[in-house]
Amino acid sequence: MKTPAEHRAPAFQAGKTLKKIMADHFLELDAAAKSRERKIAWCSSVGPVELLRGMGFLVYFPENHAAMLGATRMATELIPTANALGFSPEICSYLTSDIGSYLRQKTPLSKAYGINALPKPDVLVFNTNQCRDVQDWFAWYAREFQVPLLGIFSHRDLGKIKDYHLQDIAKQIQDLVPDLERIAGRPFDLERFQEAVRLSKTTSALWRACLETAAERPSPWSFFDHSIHMGPAVVARGTQVAVEYYEQLLAELRERVRTRTAAVPDEQHRLYWDGMPIWGKLRALSELFASLKTCVTASTYCNSWIYEQLDPEVPFKSMARAYTELFIVRNEQFKEQYIREHVRAYHCDGILFHDSKTCPNNSNARYGLPQRLQSVSGIATLAINGDLNDLRCYSEEQTKTQIEAFIEQLEE
Amino acid sequence: MNTAHHATGLFAGVDVGASRTKAVVLDQKRKLLGSDVLKSGLDFSGTAETCLQAALHKAGMSADSLTSCVATGYGRKNVRRSGITKTEIACHAKGCFHFFPMAMTIIDIGGQDNKVIKLDNVGRRIHFKMNRKCAAGTGAFLEEMALRLDLALEDMDHLARQSQEMVELGSFCTVFSATEVLENIRQGRKIEDIVKGVYHSMLKRVLEMDTLDDAVVLTGGVVAHNPFLAEMATVLTGSEILVPPFPQLTGAFGAALYGLELESRPDTRQADSGHT
Ligand code: SF4
Repeated sequence: MKTPAEHRAPAFQAGKTLKKIMADHFLELDAAAKSRERKIAWCSSVGPVELLRGMGFLVYFPENHAAMLGATRMATELIPTANALGFSPEICSYLTSDIGSYLRQKTPLSKAYGINALPKPDVLVFNTNQCRDVQDWFAWYAREFQVPLLGIFSHRDLGKIKDYHLQDIAKQIQDLVPDLERIAGRPFDLERFQEAVRLSKTTSALWRACLETAAERPSPWSFFDHSIHMGPAVVARGTQVAVEYYEQLLAELRERVRTRTAAVPDEQHRLYWDGMPIWGKLRALSELFASLKTCVTASTYCNSWIYEQLDPEVPFKSMARAYTELFIVRNEQFKEQYIREHVRAYHCDGILFHDSKTCPNNSNARYGLPQRLQSVSGIATLAINGDLNDLRCYSEEQTKTQIEAFIEQLEE
Repeated sequence: MNTAHHATGLFAGVDVGASRTKAVVLDQKRKLLGSDVLKSGLDFSGTAETCLQAALHKAGMSADSLTSCVATGYGRKNVRRSGITKTEIACHAKGCFHFFPMAMTIIDIGGQDNKVIKLDNVGRRIHFKMNRKCAAGTGAFLEEMALRLDLALEDMDHLARQSQEMVELGSFCTVFSATEVLENIRQGRKIEDIVKGVYHSMLKRVLEMDTLDDAVVLTGGVVAHNPFLAEMATVLTGSEILVPPFPQLTGAFGAALYGLELESRPDTRQADSGHT
């Protein structure tokens, strides 16, 4: 019997840089919150971060904190506190665990960085392109901290994106400027904004190049690595730090491709993962797949995190495009096509749909998509039930059996 | 264990389910020589061994003469004697295809979960689904209802057969169904009508898990002990429902068949999906 460690590829050198980036990110926010020397904006993960950076805000991402609550398995215990306030256990468990964490004053930042409180915001900014839950989540904090709440209300379920969609979103982003100027206490700086857009675009291009190395056989990394290394693409998007990080990571990945260093030794099967990660089970699932000689080479979650449409020459319009062309904003036909193309590009033998109980927005097994993909392209699909953060919605044994049975099916 | 070719060729399959452990012993002609069923209890390894020994005993054989032993089921990794594990999904499929070699939809009703497995006409699995984390439609649901009705599980089948006017239970959830059952008791509805209603509700939960293509095969311990379920399923679906000879043993049977097939294809003997 192989021990889990034997199934694993060597750790990434970039991992050390990653740790430092995450530490610097939180420590800088914590220092700013204490000194009040810089203004802090809380932003949804696919919110208008470039604009916020352009206006000199330090940016904090509640979703990133919530994912940490999931990964450290603190979430499940904290969720009921928010439930008691009237936030249903059926809605986003990022929201419920994060609000629970705030109320119970328990954060993974304490253990990791010695930080005991979240950096108090001066403003909260969301985009409903991903879901409605972010606005309710942010609205709660806006009431709690008595600070302004700003939002972009996106069109959703889009097939072909029309110019009026983009004009509307671009205008909404632009309309944030006067409020943000007032809160920031400084005028809008176009050049700085354009620079953030440029850095975001470069980050996206590098992130894409990193992900594309997983198309190689054997793949040098898997979805479980992607989910971790995506951190800087979220929290440092629009900064030089992210650019340098992905340059380092890309070099390392290319070296692994050259030396045929596999994420999963003796890789036999390749899967596509649709849906959110199950944060508290990343390690366990990664080991399970490795023991089954299976590499999850691509995912909707990580692979759709690319905003190359950004263009510093037309920052508002290109931001509107980047944040509207996103997978999660699109209709079923688009999603079907997107997954099919990625399954092909990343040489996947099957698709695993994680139907995440509390995030319908990232769960694509609910309207017959797996069945359509299986019947149209003959690709095997499996849907598992779980959740991003609420481990009460996840049956580990049942899922293990399903995954093993799925791999057996691919082998037969 | 003797893994070399044996003159008699003896193949064991042990299915350690969350509720019951099943063991079968087959000869190389796939004939069932002995079997046993035990409550899985808390010591899966011990129960698996006892169950296997009992099956061997009934077959008039000893463990020394085993050619292979394949384990399946929830506790498959706990079977010490087995070098090979296969999921119960694979084993039910293998077992059912042995009895009905055709394209089919298998519905396995277990003590704790249900599975719908689709096979093509050469027995290859195309797709499968397991129930969500909910007892609706599983053996656990029946047990809960028997408890509410103060009935022994084994009395349910003949009671359900006597029903003239079935009670409708509409809830999806086991707890809500229990409340509905209590309400029907309060209203003085006949016990047999309530039991049939319980069967009906359970079948509906299972049959609506997926489309029912080709031949429909019902298997698993619950059907073994409640054969009226298969008859009701025929009425509900309007098509014939096939049931293998020993529905509770299908998984263990399939496991033993895996061992037999691996033995007859020595090149694939290492094709062990279980990382034991
Ligand atoms: S997309 Fe899903 S996980 Fe993310 S904030 Fe919205 S509901 Fe929560």
